[in-house]
Amino acid sequence: MDYLPCSDSPRPFAGLRVAVTGGTSGLGLALVRELLGRGARVAFVARTPGRVEQVARDHTGAHGIVGDVSSKEDIHPIAVQIVGELGGLDVLVNNASDLGPTPLKLLADTDCEDLERALATNLVGPFRLTKAVLGALAASARAGRGAVVLNVSSDAAINAYPRWGAYGASKAALRHLSDIWGAELAAEGVRILSLDPGDMDTPLHAAAVPDADRAALKRPEDAARELADAIGSALPHPVREGGAP
Amino acid sequence: MIAADRPVQRPPGAKLLVVDARGEISHAPRARFLDFLRPGDLVIANDAATLPASLRGEHLPSGSAVEVRLAGRRSLAPEDVRVFSAVVFGPGDHRTRTEDRPPPPPLGPGDRLALGPLRATVEGLLGHPRLVSLRFDGTPDAIWAGLARHGRPIQYAHVPGPLSLWDVWTSIAGPPVAFEPPSAGFALDWRALAAMRTRGIAFATLTHAAGISSTGDEELDRRLPFDEPYHVPVSTAAAIREAQARGGRVVAVGTTVVRALEHAARRDGRVRAGAGLATQRIGAATRLRVVDAILSGTHEPGTSHYQLLRAFADDATLGRADEELRRHGYRTHEFGDSVLVERRAHVEAEAARRGPAHALRSTGLVPSGGPAARRLP
Repeated sequence: MDYLPCSDSPRPFAGLRVAVTGGTSGLGLALVRELLGRGARVAFVARTPGRVEQVARDHTGAHGIVGDVSSKEDIHPIAVQIVGELGGLDVLVNNASDLGPTPLKLLADTDCEDLERALATNLVGPFRLTKAVLGALAASARAGRGAVVLNVSSDAAINAYPRWGAYGASKAALRHLSDIWGAELAAEGVRILSLDPGDMDTPLHAAAVPDADRAALKRPEDAARELADAIGSALPHPVREGGAP
Repeated sequence: MIAADRPVQRPPGAKLLVVDARGEISHAPRARFLDFLRPGDLVIANDAATLPASLRGEHLPSGSAVEVRLAGRRSLAPEDVRVFSAVVFGPGDHRTRTEDRPPPPPLGPGDRLALGPLRATVEGLLGHPRLVSLRFDGTPDAIWAGLARHGRPIQYAHVPGPLSLWDVWTSIAGPPVAFEPPSAGFALDWRALAAMRTRGIAFATLTHAAGISSTGDEELDRRLPFDEPYHVPVSTAAAIREAQARGGRVVAVGTTVVRALEHAARRDGRVRAGAGLATQRIGAATRLRVVDAILSGTHEPGTSHYQLLRAFADDATLGRADEELRRHGYRTHEFGDSVLVERRAHVEAEAARRGPAHALRSTGLVPSGGPAARRLP
């Protein structure tokens, strides 16, 4: 759902300033690699210091930031580092996601705390972080560079799958938030995308469906390429103004 | 004036005192500030986010507790974060008035400081025992991380509760390069930006590393403002040209915007896009080349912010404005009420001689949106 046509524009990513949350595994890590490969300047956020250091070491030029998007107190320190280290921001990818209870449970068996955690990570965190960097994004749009927020969605945001209640409800709320915010921010030149990457062979999917046939799942690298294309399509071409400040 | 002591950026009762180009004074709710602008005007705000620039730690040679307040930087380049100028205080925190804070231990070149996860070396004193050049250890990313996690917003005794970054970031906050909030921008929210668009009022931003407003030391305060790096986007310089061409006014949100624009201005009123370092002082003798009006906080006479207002209005007018602010219970400091001051008419007349576009400008800030402004009894 929601796929945008592929971009055939030459190097719209060169010098693009992108931040990816949940950037040390699964789709997030694949996105970091894909965006770096396209010439973007990338900051990524994840909770575990060791993983952040490892990924930063393995990917020259990537800015690793330790933080938990579900924590109110972490959001502004994350934003300081993203916008400070990149000198501005053109694209934010809210990718970090919480599955809710694992193994997946019927809603009636779901602890309230598990639902709260899913909402904090999948809905309130993206809201807070987007709000904290919105000034930087809008400045980028005014400068003609474009500005995109990509909220990673799921078919569970649309379909009522039993046992996916915490995850599905939080992703449905994120999708609706994206639509409303997108409408409100259109005049500022900030695009809000909500895209479903599909069922991928990632740690999150393995936790949700441990006995899945992995061979039948999409590779996160393929999903990352499609999402990067969608970001590229949402940006103005060509990028007019150089990096600032 | 009354000190605003709670960190509320847009309190419902916020007031606005308006001084028009003829020196006429009126009062309005600040929420109605757009009523004093016209289609074609251009509002320019500072989109700097506020760095958590207060760092607690230890002066390692003496073992003394210190508070370091970062106060200046050479450029806004993201990787240029190793060297800062900084004001150093002894033990204590913001709840003690800065003028009553104990001095730091004697500081000298080579002294090491431990500031949470950060380590820094005093490179030297900058002409005063508590103003130093500091060099941080580590990579730029490690320095950003250390500042982000350990730093706190600089704050003063008039706001006793501890401030969080969200208290001091404006709605439009972007690059975290200001040492104190560009607080005139607290008046703006996204609804105001949408309202400007509806009314045909243009909006643009620049980034200016707003410096500290007070050091607690008279001699140092006389050196304020310190040099401040800024960046004017190409799109903002273009927006200024367009506003000037159509006879619209350039309305600066905050003193930092005035300082950046006037520093970047050429003699003909054109503004250079790009990076700069604002070193000038703005006062009664300054001839403004770009900015036609300023939305600002209320400032006490004697501060550098107040000096800057003297470029817009003469002392008699500002004196009457001060009296009105007192009489009507305006609140001061960063979370206080606001003033909107238009460049005085004879300054306008000089501008008019410079070109036809300037001559089209009005001589008064007249409310355009109904009975918003009124003279209070």
